[in-house]
Amino acid sequence: MHDTAAHRVTRWTLRLIVIGYLLFLVIWPVALVAAKTFSNGLAPVIDALRQPEVIFAFQLTLSAAFWAVVINTIFGVGISLLLVRYTFPGRRALNAMVDLPLSVSPVVVGLALVLVYSGRTGWLGQSLEQAGLQVIYAPPGIIMATAFVSLPLVIREVVPVLQEIGTEQEQAARSLGASGLQTFVRITLPAIKWGLIYGVVLSLARSLGEFGAVKIVSGGVAMRTQTATLLVEERYQQFGVVNSITAYAAAFILALIAVIALIIVTSLRPPRETSQ
Amino acid sequence: MSIKIAGVGKRFGNFIALEDIDLDIATGELTALLGPSGGGKSTLLRIIAGLEVADSGSVEIEGVNATGLPAQKRNVGFVFQHYAAFRHLTVAGNVGFGLKVRKRPRKEIAARVKELLELVHLSQFADRLPAQLSGGQRQRMALARALAIEPSVLLLDEPFGALDANVRKELRAWLRRLHDEVHVTTVFVTHDQEEALDVADQIVVINQGRIEQVGPPDELYDHPTSEFVMSFLGPVTTLNGHLVRPHDLEIETHPFENACPGRIERFNRVGFEVRLDVRLTEDEMAPPVLVTLTRAEATAKALDPGVPVWIRPVAGASQVRISAHLPTSAVSLDLSPADSVPQPTFT
Repeated sequence: MHDTAAHRVTRWTLRLIVIGYLLFLVIWPVALVAAKTFSNGLAPVIDALRQPEVIFAFQLTLSAAFWAVVINTIFGVGISLLLVRYTFPGRRALNAMVDLPLSVSPVVVGLALVLVYSGRTGWLGQSLEQAGLQVIYAPPGIIMATAFVSLPLVIREVVPVLQEIGTEQEQAARSLGASGLQTFVRITLPAIKWGLIYGVVLSLARSLGEFGAVKIVSGGVAMRTQTATLLVEERYQQFGVVNSITAYAAAFILALIAVIALIIVTSLRPPRETSQ
Repeated sequence: MSIKIAGVGKRFGNFIALEDIDLDIATGELTALLGPSGGGKSTLLRIIAGLEVADSGSVEIEGVNATGLPAQKRNVGFVFQHYAAFRHLTVAGNVGFGLKVRKRPRKEIAARVKELLELVHLSQFADRLPAQLSGGQRQRMALARALAIEPSVLLLDEPFGALDANVRKELRAWLRRLHDEVHVTTVFVTHDQEEALDVADQIVVINQGRIEQVGPPDELYDHPTSEFVMSFLGPVTTLNGHLVRPHDLEIETHPFENACPGRIERFNRVGFEVRLDVRLTEDEMAPPVLVTLTRAEATAKALDPGVPVWIRPVAGASQVRISAHLPTSAVSLDLSPADSVPQPTFT
């Protein structure tokens, strides 16, 4: 289309609005976290991050996020295949359920998990505790809460890709003698690879940052069940320069991991292939 | 018999896709399943391949009852209309897929892939991705991929349907030559009667879930047993209550034995061919009769719009009597001279 003056004005106005919006909502506040973190130079930050509570909190966060992502990848791909490739009664209901974790507050998720799995009152938790497995106020609860809130991210990335590739390649593979597993590993998985990786990274980022649900199910005891986000909150509310530097440093690291993961994936992902 | 289909039926909800199909396909033949879209021919092909399950009946491939066998165990090569290329694999990877999942030694796979790529003239494209090939090349790749597993039957679902006209013609001539070289029992689905007549040894005409007629192309063209087959296999026009091919009509500018009088209403030349609309004097209400002849003939007979003419089917013309439900002209024209033709007719 020809570039008229009116078009140019509209385009620049739109750009300014978007950039301004992102600046005030995202870029400026996040940049301020970085600025606050390094306001006294690098040394206090390194000292803050060396505290055993901080190291433990990050280890717990990373392991919880790892397991949550593993669970979500397996079930996410499974549920996506179920939603796209099969028709069954209740499919639409399942499809809507998948979005539930996005719409329900994480705090509610946490409370719900406590009701079911609490060692003292939960109706499943009591028998589990007798069998020697503590869920609430322990890592399994943290993993469950994290997996719950990040469940839709893999599915919402994989479903459209599965719909787009259709079933012909899979049928061709079957007619060429491939078993169900061979077809999945050699044809389906490579085809959904990038959608899946993107979904995994999004869920990793979401898992690292989960707060509300984890706060309720973990109890937030330092060196036992305190994750990085819980540590940030606790230190932020305490007095003293060391505590506030610790809070900002931990927050900065959390943001940094998420941003780096997204940048890596975005730069690796090939430009969208043309049809066929 | 390479493929034996007995009593096969298939419904999708209330829609009857196939009804009680019996069909034998001989070993080494190139068979076309021909019919209009939605007639059930693709469904039948997919049932043979095991990609669709029949509601009733049985399928036997090379003497083995395949009715309950999954697609992966039927050893059938299937080629899809839209190629179904594995997008993330190279051309060589695509062709070798069937051997790879059979865990054949790497050397054997490489040798077989090389041989097949030569057969389909894609050797120089071995390391390309399907996205870098043209439609015709992708379809040849899909064929090589299907042939790699040495299938007992090769099934092609509208293989040239997504290609443009020139490539389509080229590729179907190539398919015919390939079949003469490889001799694998081949069944292909098409809605293009020219394609079927050009390539196939046997044509199976399928319409509304039933088989209308089975036979070699010439037999079907010359001796159709129904109005449907007659009109689906080539151009038809109506004369004296019969369907007749427009090029099977004799036309003169003077009366002759058994000929119907009329007048040329439209004169239309398309390349080497002249198409005439002739309005019959005895039945002004009936649609005009279409007559086609070569340009040389039309010139020699001084045919022009408005000229009075007489027409009749040539001796031995294939004709099918139109059943009663069709236009009023069928009734009035029953009294005309050409009624002496036996009905339903193949002369």
